[in-house]
Amino acid sequence: MAARIQIPRQAKRGEVIEVRVLIQHPMETGFRHDDVGRLIKRNVINAFSCRYSGVEVFRADLSSGIAANPYLQFYTVAEASGNLEFTWIDDERVQGSERQPIAVSG
Amino acid sequence: MKRREFLAGLAGTLASPGAALAQADPLESIIRVLTNGAPVRKGKVTLELPQLADNGNSVPIRITVDSPMTATDHVKSIHLYSDRNPVPNMASFYLGPRAGKAEINSRVRLAGSQRVTAVAQLSDGTFWSDTAPIVVTLSACLDES
Amino acid sequence: MRRGGRVARLLLAAAFAAPGAQAQERGIPLDQLKSGSEFLGQDLRALQADEFANPGMLWVERGAKLWREPAGKKSLACASCHKEVNMRWVAARYPRIDSRSGKLLNLEGRINLCRAQRMGAEPLRYESDELLALTAYLARQSRGAPIAVSIDGPARAHFEAGRASYNLRRGQMNLACAHCHDTNWGKRLLSETISQGHPNAYPAYRLEWQTMGSLERRMRACLSGIRAEMLPYGSQEYFDLELYLAWRAQGLPIETPGVRR
Repeated sequence: MAARIQIPRQAKRGEVIEVRVLIQHPMETGFRHDDVGRLIKRNVINAFSCRYSGVEVFRADLSSGIAANPYLQFYTVAEASGNLEFTWIDDERVQGSERQPIAVSG
Repeated sequence: MKRREFLAGLAGTLASPGAALAQADPLESIIRVLTNGAPVRKGKVTLELPQLADNGNSVPIRITVDSPMTATDHVKSIHLYSDRNPVPNMASFYLGPRAGKAEINSRVRLAGSQRVTAVAQLSDGTFWSDTAPIVVTLSACLDES
Repeated sequence: MRRGGRVARLLLAAAFAAPGAQAQERGIPLDQLKSGSEFLGQDLRALQADEFANPGMLWVERGAKLWREPAGKKSLACASCHKEVNMRWVAARYPRIDSRSGKLLNLEGRINLCRAQRMGAEPLRYESDELLALTAYLARQSRGAPIAVSIDGPARAHFEAGRASYNLRRGQMNLACAHCHDTNWGKRLLSETISQGHPNAYPAYRLEWQTMGSLERRMRACLSGIRAEMLPYGSQEYFDLELYLAWRAQGLPIETPGVRR
């Protein structure tokens, strides 16, 4: 699953950093019909998690109320240099993940 | 039963359903699943939505909670509710002291003009909320492409 | 309507008369051209300008990868022949005539022709993620470049056909493109403001589609909007219209990936 992550490459210890995530996914609501009238099955990313050096720092339960190609922006405190790992899963159990390193000084 | 009591009782019965309808919050029972009946206070939470949506398929939303986000005083979770979408629970976001700042930005789907509600649960167990109205119109032209 | 009635009726007739089609007469003068983004609300304008959050960038990024991926019998990638630095102005020149086949090609057609003839690869389907990604990636390389298509030589006939198509009344509403986009741009249609109908931001992420789409898809959407039959993808009429639209938008900078309602 294509996704874009934006976090600062470096930060000072204790600094609150902005995390931006954009994932390519139709977030199919389950309420739409195709051109011959059949209901298109629901398939949304229902869970999203961000771990910072293995510790979960943010989690989200999502539904069809979140727009297609979901955008999330949240914050976390820069503690130490390490990896931010992003994982998510949709209704069809397809998983996605991304990872970005951050260098923390001080 | 005396006639006077009967008429008073009748007036009471006629008055209360109207009053109940005027005050009933369609989301009340859904939010109670989260709060277990605990009071939800207005304040601390700011829900920002445009007044008029460009298109109901994707509307920008920002929720901020006034909180120091320390180990002893922080936002545990933020929950978004729609009073018109087919699925009223839009999303739940779980924060904690490592968040540093209680702010979430996202883009949501809104199935028509409505009021969106954000409820935050703090580390002390209290619940706070904000509600914002939004007008969502249909697209001018039918698009079957 | 009494004394002013005749003038009002004339004005009304003029507003909905068959638009003039003289030699090089422009429905909108060049100095009055406005990109579609000028008709968007604040939020969508900001979203389009947001390098990260613009949803179209998901396709642009994919396009950048596909550009380098070998495909087909000859195991060539686009990058094998084309230096990225030379792609800077390409999208602003399309549609154009392919010198070998004499056909009018839009960007999608050019990509598929290259795949078939030079790479021995299968053509990409219209509105497929891959074709949208490559087209968006290419068009983005031309971002900021002013549209500059040629209507000389063999392109002339296509330009004339495109102009005729643009001014043709069709559908249940009996409207031509010109009625909305030449005569009534800037006016409200329900809660939306009618744009000038320029192609400079395509492929674009359209909120109504909840995905990326081509210029052809946008034209199909207009056709369905005026309750006219949507021409099948790949119809010559679309290519001719694309050429006319590009001429009509001469000088407007490419904005791909656009974000639209």
